[in-house]
Amino acid sequence: MTEHTPQETRTAATEGRVARRFASLRAAGRAGLVGYLTAGDPDLARSRELLLAACEAGLDVLELGVPFSDPTADGPVIQEAMTRALSAGASLERALELAASVRARVDTPIVLFGYANPLLARLERDGDARALLDAVTEAGVDGLLVVDLPPEHSAPLREPARARGLDWIGLVAPTTTDARLRRVLSVTSGFVYAVSLTGVTGARLDPSDPRLQEQLARVRGVSELPLAVGFGIRSGADVAALAPQVDAVVVGSALVAAAREGPDALAARVRDLVPRPGPRPRV
Amino acid sequence: MSDKHEIPAGDDASPPLVGDFGRFGGRYVSETLMPAVEELAREWPRAWRDAAFQREYHRILRDYVGRPSPVSDAPRLSDDLRDRAGVDARVLLKREDLNHTGAHKINNCVGQVLLARRLGKTRIIAETGAGQHGVATATACAYFGLPCVVYMGAEDVARQSLNVARMRMLGAEVRPVHAGSATLKDAINAALRDWVATVRDTHYVIGSVMGPDPYPAMVRDLQRVIGDEARAQCLERVGALPDAVVACVGGGSNAMGIFAAFLGDPGVRLFGVEATGEGVASGRHAATITAGREGVYHGMRSLVLQTDDGQLQEAHSISAGLDYPGIGPEHARLHADGRARYLGVSDLEALDAMEWLARREGIIPALETAHAIAALPAIVRALQRESRARPDGPLRVLVNVSGRGDKDMHTYMQRRDPAALVMIGAREGGRRDD
Repeated sequence: MTEHTPQETRTAATEGRVARRFASLRAAGRAGLVGYLTAGDPDLARSRELLLAACEAGLDVLELGVPFSDPTADGPVIQEAMTRALSAGASLERALELAASVRARVDTPIVLFGYANPLLARLERDGDARALLDAVTEAGVDGLLVVDLPPEHSAPLREPARARGLDWIGLVAPTTTDARLRRVLSVTSGFVYAVSLTGVTGARLDPSDPRLQEQLARVRGVSELPLAVGFGIRSGADVAALAPQVDAVVVGSALVAAAREGPDALAARVRDLVPRPGPRPRV
Repeated sequence: MSDKHEIPAGDDASPPLVGDFGRFGGRYVSETLMPAVEELAREWPRAWRDAAFQREYHRILRDYVGRPSPVSDAPRLSDDLRDRAGVDARVLLKREDLNHTGAHKINNCVGQVLLARRLGKTRIIAETGAGQHGVATATACAYFGLPCVVYMGAEDVARQSLNVARMRMLGAEVRPVHAGSATLKDAINAALRDWVATVRDTHYVIGSVMGPDPYPAMVRDLQRVIGDEARAQCLERVGALPDAVVACVGGGSNAMGIFAAFLGDPGVRLFGVEATGEGVASGRHAATITAGREGVYHGMRSLVLQTDDGQLQEAHSISAGLDYPGIGPEHARLHADGRARYLGVSDLEALDAMEWLARREGIIPALETAHAIAALPAIVRALQRESRARPDGPLRVLVNVSGRGDKDMHTYMQRRDPAALVMIGAREGGRRDD
């Protein structure tokens, strides 16, 4: 996986690890598993072990959560993970160190996932995004997803990030109008993250809800980017129900909960959730 | 529009970002909430310009809230300022404490619930700190017959038990929030999480001039009645505009409401008073303008109390209504532009001022309001220092008495009158808040 032909290297320079991973998933005929874990939960040393265990067990994309004191889009499981991480000294800097130590061992694409203020605080301090993005790329991070930076406000971070080849992952929700859908997609790269439900992370999801099918079809209709769906996906059955319609499923709270039992339990959970090859959506 | 916003050209479905205060403001919310926020931004200006909406809003303010609230002279406060500060000043009090429910908060709540009805929303949620906004929202919901859920930090539930009982009597469900510092910011987080899940049928009545656009502008518009009335009352009573307008600032709605009417009067100085708690140096304070830095929080770019890593810091104030680590973005701009000045008052100074106004004028102010009162000696001294000679009489200082102090009596007794606690305890074997 770490060996690249010259051809692949050229692709990598233009497309990045995320795109290559979705290409190889297509070739393998299965959906991918995007897994969220909070950086520094429960502490830095154990977080590193957990992140590696999850990647080595087969995560296709790692969403590395930057802890924030006031995570308003997250349910209780991830809120508590962030509180534990912050009490153990986690920060954006420590999250990047963790990313670097994961990158040193595995080629799993890493998306830094978080809230605006810890990133913008760094921008305010430095005067521009350069030093932050140097640190992000040096840590081997491949993309950014910032929950509370809608397209209207993301340019000061998004544009320099895109210029360096980092992906900017856009979120669309069940409430997203067609006009907003186009606006979000116009600034999205890597993959589109479709929020499965009107609610916070870890809420209860009915994968057979026809409104969800309709939402996924609507995004498909206007985007050729890989489509990931997340929020509320917790079981192999949820994954099996959704995998045929998407390019990846995102699991967050269920992995954060499994991580409480240690790296082995987490790895087992990841193996259990990785989608099997099966019918693929029409693109 | 500021250069921080990028609006793709030619997208008719997207109105420009209104209510954008220089580099402050904006709509920093997750995509789930964005359509609701855009709907509010579209519909609020329409409602506000609609004569029928205006008629209904002002009818309720008159017949139900009890507006206009009076302006009272405070002659004995004025005497004390002459004796203590050596300044000849006439203090005028805008009496929002006399509104139904006891504070300015009701002006905003009746307007927002009217708007929610117009938008077809069938459920109302709110956050509350001191409980005044929660009581006002519960009141407006009872008046309009809508179900109401109020999120309140568990710490504030304990500090403001009278208001908890009031909300419940009014038929609202009070949900204590135990996360984080268990105060106002955590109540807002919980309300936002509720709203993310219920946005299709629920309106979130934010209680201050904060949050994503259009809330800061909408709440200012709804509180502006304070300033419009006070400006006219002052002209009528004194024959001139005030030299200074003073209000306490947590999120900043009572201050924005009274300031708004004077922004076009360059001769009127505006003073916001924030809570320095146990002192800015102690780290236990809510002095956002003094000690905050620019950040993005609760949907807005404003000044925020935060660590170097961009984590929110817990605020502290004896007054639950000022116990918030952010401030409305329009205040951040007024501060940056120098149009308004902000100073700090400590817990102890606020307690002193509560007693001062009670004993000298017979008005028991809320602890929030007491911060504005406490700043008066410093403000009149500064005005006298800075102003040219005044042939036309004393300095005129208009203070917004944003709320009454009943809700704070337990806090007051604990800090200043333990004998009263003993008396009550002996008589009733329990705790009372009024």
